[in-house]
Amino acid sequence: MVAASALRSRLARRRQGRPAGIVRNALRSPRGRAGALLIVLVAAIATIGPFVAPHSPTELITTPYAPPGTDGLVLGGDGLGRDAFSRVLCGGWALLLLALAATALGVVAGALAGMVAAYRQGWPDSVIMRTTDVFLSVPALVFGLLLVSIVGPYLWLVVFAVALTHAPQVARVIRAAAIEIAERDYVKAAELRGYSSWNVITREILPNLTTPLLVEAGLRLSYSIIIISGLSYLGFGQQPPAADWGQMINENRLGLGTNPWPVFVPCVLIALLAIGTNTFADAIARVSLGIDRGEATVLRATAASAIEPGVGDG
Amino acid sequence: MCVAAARRAGTPVVEGINLEIAPGKVLGIVGESGSGKTTFALSLLGYAKRGLRIAAGEVLLDNVDLLSLPAGRLREIRGLRVTYVPQDPASALNPSQRIRTQMREPLEVHRSQLDPDLDIDARLAEVCAAANLPTTDKILDAYPHQLSGGQQQRVAIAMAFACGPELIVLDEPTTGLDVTTQRHILETIRRLTSENDVAAVYVSHDLPVVAQIADDVAVMYAGRVIEVGPIKAVMTAPAHPYTRALLRAAPTPERTSALVGIDGSPPSPGQWPVGCAFAPRCPLAVSECRSELPDLKVRGGRTQRVRCIRSTVAVREEPRRAIVAPLAPDAPVAGGELAIEGLDAHYGAFHVLRDVSLQVARGECVGVVGESGSGKTTLARCVVGMHRTWTGRMLLDGKPLASRGREFEHRRKVQYIFQNPYTSLNPRHTVGESLAAPLRHFEDVDRAECAGRVRAMLERVALRADFVDRYPDQLSGGERQRVAIGRALIVEPEFVICDEVTSALDVSVQAVIIELLRQMQAERAISMLFITHNIAVMRSIAQRVVVLNEGRLVENGTVDQVMTKPRDPYTVRLLADVPKMSEAVNENG
Repeated sequence: MVAASALRSRLARRRQGRPAGIVRNALRSPRGRAGALLIVLVAAIATIGPFVAPHSPTELITTPYAPPGTDGLVLGGDGLGRDAFSRVLCGGWALLLLALAATALGVVAGALAGMVAAYRQGWPDSVIMRTTDVFLSVPALVFGLLLVSIVGPYLWLVVFAVALTHAPQVARVIRAAAIEIAERDYVKAAELRGYSSWNVITREILPNLTTPLLVEAGLRLSYSIIIISGLSYLGFGQQPPAADWGQMINENRLGLGTNPWPVFVPCVLIALLAIGTNTFADAIARVSLGIDRGEATVLRATAASAIEPGVGDG
Repeated sequence: MCVAAARRAGTPVVEGINLEIAPGKVLGIVGESGSGKTTFALSLLGYAKRGLRIAAGEVLLDNVDLLSLPAGRLREIRGLRVTYVPQDPASALNPSQRIRTQMREPLEVHRSQLDPDLDIDARLAEVCAAANLPTTDKILDAYPHQLSGGQQQRVAIAMAFACGPELIVLDEPTTGLDVTTQRHILETIRRLTSENDVAAVYVSHDLPVVAQIADDVAVMYAGRVIEVGPIKAVMTAPAHPYTRALLRAAPTPERTSALVGIDGSPPSPGQWPVGCAFAPRCPLAVSECRSELPDLKVRGGRTQRVRCIRSTVAVREEPRRAIVAPLAPDAPVAGGELAIEGLDAHYGAFHVLRDVSLQVARGECVGVVGESGSGKTTLARCVVGMHRTWTGRMLLDGKPLASRGREFEHRRKVQYIFQNPYTSLNPRHTVGESLAAPLRHFEDVDRAECAGRVRAMLERVALRADFVDRYPDQLSGGERQRVAIGRALIVEPEFVICDEVTSALDVSVQAVIIELLRQMQAERAISMLFITHNIAVMRSIAQRVVVLNEGRLVENGTVDQVMTKPRDPYTVRLLADVPKMSEAVNENG
């Protein structure tokens, strides 16, 4: 019954929800391409940068806040007379790495908590969700600051703190999506077989959550970038003399009048990275909903009319 | 009266329909899912679902073309002269408004056109009485959820008749209602249309229901009408091969031959073949059928019009198999004898099953029949272990089935097939993975053996080997249900519970699935509990039948006994209310 072969094969091509397919479809939309381009651009600077930097990021070369062109330096000197360009090239990888790690940790922990809460219901649900409520009531940046200022400026702690601010939000979203999945008959079929809760969650429920998980991961990554560079600006990231974009903004803001570039360039790079990841996450969300693809909208309309209501349910 | 063609992005969904309805008559529109019957019905109100538009054609109501009217004029006519009764009253009525408010609305909106001095409350009382709704304030002041399904549908029908329309479009108004309620609703519609001289279009997938109410019937297939004529002519001497096949597949309680399904699935919009859309599945098709679309016209001296060049060809009636599946006497029965003694089940404080005792012999299929709320699904869930709060005894081959913490072996031996194949297969698992999961769980099989048995099972449920790598969204409803059956049978169970396994499927597919189940059950001598609300379907597969009413077992006997000489008054009533094709044709024709 239902829409027959053609519609089915087109829907199949859409393969809605399989991660590779979703990312591929997101890359086809203008929005997704723009996002991906920005991410690749900034990521390339951050990863290749350290290998092509003309000078050591910590070497004192010129006078403080020397304007661009002095001693052949592209962006001039920073507050201590180091090469601003080399510091920009070397100051991104830490941010990228920390943001990825924090996102991964936060999404994994949040997704697990959300799925357990949705599947087990009852007291595990109450305990998990009330805990997330507590965390959600504290602003992310304040919480990170609090933790880091108590324990000390360790990088692992930054990752942990940021992950901890993400997890409750991810848990909420995933729980909402998983509750509906947990009601499905195939989950009951797995329970009847005698699967353990862990098996039901990982084999039956998790594969159906790839779409919200992808969207969440993208969104959380862009938040991670903002929070981590913010913490780094406040001095809780990499410690001097290491180069770091967020920290560079803070170090060099006094020389804004003489040489704005050591502040300006890291600002732009952080912004581009955040915008890029956010745009890409948005593209993924839209693809999964079928907004940005004319075909998908049309398909849903056709499916809606072809799949007439009725027959059964009775 | 109407030619409608709905198109979207150039793909016609419904095309070339040309029908007339006289006042006081009921035109039945019959078709399976995706045949375009709802799209057509809505176009009668000048309405198209999102993504669709009515590209061409006219709907003439007293020689006025509704489709050419400006939106404002159309709105004046909708609800006043042409009205619509949707399928599901529960979602058609606004849950946050009282019934009175909702019923007054059409009258208030069209008051100026009807009669400015109209006494709305008096009219409300009138239509409620006509629709057999008690006009007490209790009903009118209630919210929709406080009414039963039948009452909700009566409200919707009363609303449709309130303004004295000339045409009323009913879209499967009884789907989802119990047979008794369904019969009463059908009687009400029938009476209201003839008393008020209203032309009615009754859309349904259910042939026997249409046979009860319609004067004329149009059969739709792939967006076109393929046969139209007086109900009696179409039912007794169907001309189109599709109509014939549909009648062979439709379960009715009086039939004594097995159901015959239609293989294949109908083409979707945009995939219609050049010639007759049914040709690829038609046993009578010749090459001309595939090249040219036949006209809808009277052929071979019949009374109905038909869109088939082969309609005059005499069909060789294939010999029909006797309906009741005999027990295979020397089948390799391993076990599967179930005894239920004094089963009581609760949902919280609600007592669902009361003192149910039941025996299922080895290799026997017992049909469990009952209306919604009778506890038949709870019974199934108790047996399989999904519902845990019960008391009493359940023995499988003499060993007690635990209410909780069920034994590993029992989990394998007792398998469950779900009602809805659209939710029982994990959309992220391929067919192969779905079939292999229980096998890997219950048996110690290596990769090669597992793949071999999956392949064998696919062949057994009549699916091609390349389905292994498909995902459920690439499968039709019938194909999905085959996979679900395969998943239950791959671990060689001794006892299988089928919970309304065909109620989400079209009749032609239902017949195929029932036949498949019947064969598998007979072949392997599996014991079976077949849960259904449809007595007619049960007749095609079960040897014995029990009837549940409000949690009590009221009837227990062989199929023939129960169908011909029911003892309990409830069973008698249930059997009387089931739509029967022969009786209906005699009444109306």
